[in-house]
Amino acid sequence: MDDFVARALLGGAGVALAAGPLGTFIVWRRMAYFGDTLAHSGLLGVVLGAVLGINPELGVVLTCLSVALILVLLQRQRALATDTLLGILAHTALSLGLVALAFLETVRVDLVSYLFGDILSINATDLYWIWGGNLAALAALAGLWRPLLAATVHEELARVEGVPVFQIRLTFMLLIAVVIAVAMKVVGILLITSLLIIPAAAARRFARTPEGMAVLASAFGCAAIGAGLWASLRWDTPAGPSVVVAATALFALGSAAPKRLRGR
Amino acid sequence: MLAETLLTVEKLSLAIRGNPILHAVDLRVRAGEIVALIGPNGAGKSTLVRCVLGLIRPDSGRVALKPGLRIGYMPQRLTVDSTLPLTVRRFITLGTPASRGQTLEILTEVGAEEIMETPVQAISGGELQRVLLARALLRRPDLLVLDEPVQGVDLNGQYELYDLIGAVRKRRGCGILMVSHELHLVMASTDQVICLNRHICCSGHPDHVARDPAFLELFGIEGARSMAIYHHHHNHRHDLHGTVVEPAEDGAHG
Repeated sequence: MDDFVARALLGGAGVALAAGPLGTFIVWRRMAYFGDTLAHSGLLGVVLGAVLGINPELGVVLTCLSVALILVLLQRQRALATDTLLGILAHTALSLGLVALAFLETVRVDLVSYLFGDILSINATDLYWIWGGNLAALAALAGLWRPLLAATVHEELARVEGVPVFQIRLTFMLLIAVVIAVAMKVVGILLITSLLIIPAAAARRFARTPEGMAVLASAFGCAAIGAGLWASLRWDTPAGPSVVVAATALFALGSAAPKRLRGR
Repeated sequence: MLAETLLTVEKLSLAIRGNPILHAVDLRVRAGEIVALIGPNGAGKSTLVRCVLGLIRPDSGRVALKPGLRIGYMPQRLTVDSTLPLTVRRFITLGTPASRGQTLEILTEVGAEEIMETPVQAISGGELQRVLLARALLRRPDLLVLDEPVQGVDLNGQYELYDLIGAVRKRRGCGILMVSHELHLVMASTDQVICLNRHICCSGHPDHVARDPAFLELFGIEGARSMAIYHHHHNHRHDLHGTVVEPAEDGAHG
């Protein structure tokens, strides 16, 4: 196997491992569009990172968190529905990123690789970021698991039972932001949500426990990375989109699986 | 001797976006006592409960809990997303870790031991209420707060649930604050009924009312409209917004 393929597999697997469990929560909490909105603001984060002279990943995390906080503030107004607010934020953030990029004549940013990912160009430094960020996110999620699950099932009941729901929700958003930041290189900001949502959705039919679903989602995500990369090399298709198509194929296969294999 | 006071609410008032929801509400729950909050939709019953639970802050007045009080809460509605694979056992232990044996014991207490390993989305409305009660009981509460505990349950199931709640009080000696529409159902085991319509319209021990044959007859006929009965004890009237529009009118209602 070529080195760049090995690095791509390793990087992809790192992202898929953390995206699985986080994605299950996004599915359970019906936050798919929220994840998408954070991902859309990723480009703005890259540009800000370039302007401020900080690491692009850090720029993305900071931007995602800002967008999440703006959403929380806007939701307090209760004038517009959340999906409308998310639509405004997502496309404004993406457009702002593109506009800001046009002003930066001195900074060279490979737009296509940020939008759709460039998994085959992952280098050693990227791998450190991906595995460092995702392992940290996974560890934090493991620590957060029980209260987050309780808050996901019923927020007020969890609050009465002593769960600090607001802090838990903010930490969860931070974890999503971290995974988006380090996953950009793999599938790009326009496709990141798919790595969070599709493996989790595919895992649902086979899972009997929340934890089982999370582990399966990681496994399906890794399988999609492998299959997508293979297809991309075999037919010379773009790698990021091929991974997403592979994930959807897995989801479709799972949906067609015989009943006795399924959980309830 | 009076039992220990678990919860005291004094002169609690709350407005939401300029709309007065609760006005100068007083409330007290003692250990071993069942207090039922009744009132029409929009009377502020759930809002009052949320103030008691510390989920919302009142504009004025205070909520005082006995130091170290453990509250078991049963919310009004609960739907678990169908994408979340969660058995009844896992659901119950989400708030309080418990062994399989302890969980089974609690579920047996509420008569739901058979559904322990059933997905929480696959149980009936009545079973869900029992499961919610079990989750609240697992906390070994001093005070149970039940928001419409018989909602979505058929009539027989409602009687059974109220019997169960009465039995829980007897066995555990905890105080119970519950919200209900169904005055005629809560009567039997309730120590105090509080009729709320943004303020406390009337309150008292339901016994003297319950012993009145005319009252019972009326409830037989007008079971579903049980709220109408309590209007006979009002000394004022309400307009459509629940505001008091008329001062006391002696003997007009009886």
